[in-house]
Amino acid sequence: MASTEEIRSGLADIVNDVAGIPAEDVQLDKSFTDDLDVDSLSMVEVVVAAEEHFGVKIPDDDVKNLKTVGDAVAYIENAQNA
Amino acid sequence: MTASIATAHGAAHTAILGIGSYRPSRVVSNDEICRHIDSSDEWIRTRSGIIERRFAEPHETVQLMSVEASRTAIERAGIAAAQIDCVIVATVSHLMQTPAVAPLISEELGATPAAAFDISAACSGFCHGVGMGSDMVRCGTAKYVLVIGVERLSDITDPTDRGTAFIFADGAGAVVVGPADVEGIGPMVWGADGSKFDLIRQNETWIDVLNMEHAEMPTLRMDGNPVFRWASYEMAKIANEALDRAGLTVDDLDVFVPHQANMRIIDAMARALKLPDDVVIARDISHQGNTSAASIPLAANALLESGEAKSGDTALFIAFGAGLSYAAQVVTLP
Repeated sequence: MASTEEIRSGLADIVNDVAGIPAEDVQLDKSFTDDLDVDSLSMVEVVVAAEEHFGVKIPDDDVKNLKTVGDAVAYIENAQNA
Repeated sequence: MTASIATAHGAAHTAILGIGSYRPSRVVSNDEICRHIDSSDEWIRTRSGIIERRFAEPHETVQLMSVEASRTAIERAGIAAAQIDCVIVATVSHLMQTPAVAPLISEELGATPAAAFDISAACSGFCHGVGMGSDMVRCGTAKYVLVIGVERLSDITDPTDRGTAFIFADGAGAVVVGPADVEGIGPMVWGADGSKFDLIRQNETWIDVLNMEHAEMPTLRMDGNPVFRWASYEMAKIANEALDRAGLTVDDLDVFVPHQANMRIIDAMARALKLPDDVVIARDISHQGNTSAASIPLAANALLESGEAKSGDTALFIAFGAGLSYAAQVVTLP
């Protein structure tokens, strides 16, 4: 089972790959839209890549609740433990 | 007694024999769109890749645009309009429900008494038509089929709806499908998922509109993010299936012509398909907007006319949209 930091780091690489944001900026307290400038379509790409990378399902209805990097990391952690 | 009914026999192979398109005259900038929505040229370009689009003037009707595009396609196919056996019109924006617009177009072209009807499969209608036309020629139901994709989406778009006002546009494209010596139209992969019917749809039914105190033209609504996800990833699987059914891989492709829905979908699909760098990707949306059923023939014709694609090239068509519905096939460009 991946640790919180492993998930954050994996997610940071995905955000970097999709939106060109430096991976070190992708910290738990950052908002995807307000701090990292990840727009809604890029967010969809991040979610799809995260599903594949972490082996979880993140339905459309849940995506809108993932405001911060911490929200996404917690969601993936829970989904992996479910 | 049971009589012995003859079986129809058609052509062994089919192909697109000619293509034509019609671009409406009025160029509409992002700045003009932003007079009605709280947005900007930069926002629209980043989210959709659209720099400008075309809106039809009042005289540029569904029928007129279709006839113009068809005349070019028929001439390039090297046949006479009278040889056409069937006219299929894919559209959701001919705002006269009965009769279909296809018989009027057929009559104006001089193709009467060809069979003529409209199909309602939204953005994927043109690829549905190509597959159906090809099957008709293969079965002997028709020798030449005219397939038209045409829209005047500006008539059914709410200029104040921030989710769609900058996307939809107008235009027409047409192809002639007929018999060929070698295979020019691969097996169609198609389908629909009615569980997602509300992601792209007319906002009100005609009956509901009539019962309103202040009746307003119904307009299109779209739930952008789920549609983006479905189109970019689920549709890449359908594109791969169409290649597979044709016995090909991405390495055999010269041209990729996806429905021109959004540049971001086109980019995401191209990445998901792992298209080689030398495959030409249609990006007509930048100057034409999303013309639904018309977008694939418009984009394919633009690549042929600019010389970026050439006759004989192997192209993958994939169209997807309201329904949700989709259709894809590999074709040889005419």
